[in-house]
Amino acid sequence: MSTIMDSYRGLKLGNRWDSAPRLFKMFLLLLVVAFAFYLPYLNILPFAYVRTDLNPTGSDWASVLFLIVVYMIVAVGLNVVIGLAGLLDLGYVGFYALGAYSVALFGSPSSPVVEALQSRFGLSEDWAVPFAICIPIAITMSLIAGVILGAPTLRLRGDYLAIVTLGFGEIIRITARNLDNVTGGAAGITQVPVPPGPEVDGRSFFNTIDAERWYWLALVILLIIIWLTLRLEHSRVGRAWLAIREDEDAAAVMGVAGFKFKLWAFAIGASVGGLAGLLFGSKQQYVEPNAFMLNLSFLFVAMVVIGGSGNVVGVLVGAFLLTYLPERFRELQEWRPFAFGVALVLVMVLRPQGLVPSRRRAREFEDRRHEAEEAAADV
Amino acid sequence: MDFDALISGLDRHTLDGITRGSIYALVALGYTMVYGVMKLINFAHSEVFMVGTWTVLGVYTVLGATAGSSIGMVIGATLLALIAAMLASAGTALAVERIAYRPLRKKGAPPLIFLITGIGCSIVLVETFGQVLRAFFGPPFGRVTVNIPSVLETKVVFTIPGIDLAVTNTRLLIIIGAIVMMLALDTFVNKSRLGRGVRAVAQDPDTASLMGVNQDRVIMLVFVLGGAMAGVAALLFTIQYDITKFDIGFIIGIKAFTAAVLGGIGNLRGALVGGLLLGVVEVYASQIWDSSWTDVTAFVVLVLVLMFRPTGLLGESLGKARA
Repeated sequence: MSTIMDSYRGLKLGNRWDSAPRLFKMFLLLLVVAFAFYLPYLNILPFAYVRTDLNPTGSDWASVLFLIVVYMIVAVGLNVVIGLAGLLDLGYVGFYALGAYSVALFGSPSSPVVEALQSRFGLSEDWAVPFAICIPIAITMSLIAGVILGAPTLRLRGDYLAIVTLGFGEIIRITARNLDNVTGGAAGITQVPVPPGPEVDGRSFFNTIDAERWYWLALVILLIIIWLTLRLEHSRVGRAWLAIREDEDAAAVMGVAGFKFKLWAFAIGASVGGLAGLLFGSKQQYVEPNAFMLNLSFLFVAMVVIGGSGNVVGVLVGAFLLTYLPERFRELQEWRPFAFGVALVLVMVLRPQGLVPSRRRAREFEDRRHEAEEAAADV
Repeated sequence: MDFDALISGLDRHTLDGITRGSIYALVALGYTMVYGVMKLINFAHSEVFMVGTWTVLGVYTVLGATAGSSIGMVIGATLLALIAAMLASAGTALAVERIAYRPLRKKGAPPLIFLITGIGCSIVLVETFGQVLRAFFGPPFGRVTVNIPSVLETKVVFTIPGIDLAVTNTRLLIIIGAIVMMLALDTFVNKSRLGRGVRAVAQDPDTASLMGVNQDRVIMLVFVLGGAMAGVAALLFTIQYDITKFDIGFIIGIKAFTAAVLGGIGNLRGALVGGLLLGVVEVYASQIWDSSWTDVTAFVVLVLVLMFRPTGLLGESLGKARA
């Protein structure tokens, strides 16, 4: 026994994890997932102190958990774009908004689009596109938007892409605010549909009071998306992304079609962002342009980069910290953005590879640091 | 679509566009110089401009200069505000470089990280005026629009005959001031010894350091010059629009960056061309469509330019050593 333990000692956590038996890994993962599902009812001291509703002004714990998971979905989607393909997308909030607006525009009986459809086809007053069909609509809309934005701009150098995507995020918001007769303008759209389900206690299954059901739904979707992106990362496409991220020219010489794979990353990231937006809009049951300011985009990018871009565990940690900490310390609300800015600079200057970097990335950073030091020593 | 509104006041709108564009162009210099040398978009540059506008307000408040001041007071206050804004903005830019960029440069971090620390600095600066200073000093700091006294009163200087266009002293000062500053900077970079160092580093950092150019100093110089130009822009902006706000930098920064890309980022003369063009296009667009769409214009222009001329109208050239 001691010889087995000895071989574990001195290894980093990640290496220990890798060399653990498969059955043990499965068991631990299941335990983590089970704990995640139990979280809304967390009430064992001292763990209960992580809850956000300890004082009367605190926000509903299950709702906070839901938001954390939605942002985790966002972070996992954005990680495909930033972490794997190395494309800086500062307009991710645009896709998030598109997802939320798609479900609102097509699913809400009071949206101008649905009203136009009603009068055009002589449908009844309370007809609207069912929620189940809104999901593919939202994913398709954000995917198409991703391709439309990506096709002309992905041929550009990386720095320009940042600004163009930033502009895209703003264009979506300003359009949503100004097109009164399509999106309801600044007033937004109410009566956004919720997923169907049996009635419990005289309320529909998904309602504004029982947030833990929303949380479980989002958690299931998050798990599916994590699984899918991990499959992608270890496929031929994923290897192409890594090659492009490291050196686009070298990748092109080796026969990797850079543009095609970059567009793939962009479109996949966009559709995941749309799905997250759909969840958000549906839970709020109300969509308005001010919910999609550019700051949110910066927050999304910060989640990925602070956590450790390229590593799923890292971006989950990033999304958790940046969503949870501000909610836990609500009494300092006014100081939140300031603290956020300071934290952003500090973390990045002290630990540019992120809090939980992927091992490959960490090694690359180490390499670059050596190179920089050698270059400085040469001069 | 309302072309009549545009055509009926074409001369007025053009002048308005050029005034706006001059300010964009001055701010754009900061982006273009930093980009030319470091291949990096300095996201905190818009906040460097914002600090400048607050400095102008501070100088006016300390001196007690208001709309009805004597002529000596007007000139003195404006000049003092100019110097103070240039110093404050240059200082801010330098601080950003020291805190957010230099440590990363030493570590050889990838460009993405520079962008994130830039955004972080930008948020810190915005919040300093929106929250931190308010907590200690109260108003005028805070999340509201603040009026800046229009020390220089607007008067019509002359009227262009034929098209009957009234040119005011403030517009004249802005346009001439901006162009003079840009010419001065262009001459400095192209003719002086320090400017040669800037061009050398822009062209090839490694070879430049082998030839004895101190790269750190050049980068500091670039940030200081860009910051000072943003300070001038801040004064000119307050003369025309009489306001400031904690987040005023954001949209101006985006416009200025668009202007820089439009003209060819890394190209000083391109910044002038891009700035003026963007200002005019924007004012025209706000007349033809609705003014609520103005901010979209800049982005659409940017995407169009990048699609057809990825290096901007005049191309990148800070590194192309001439003379």
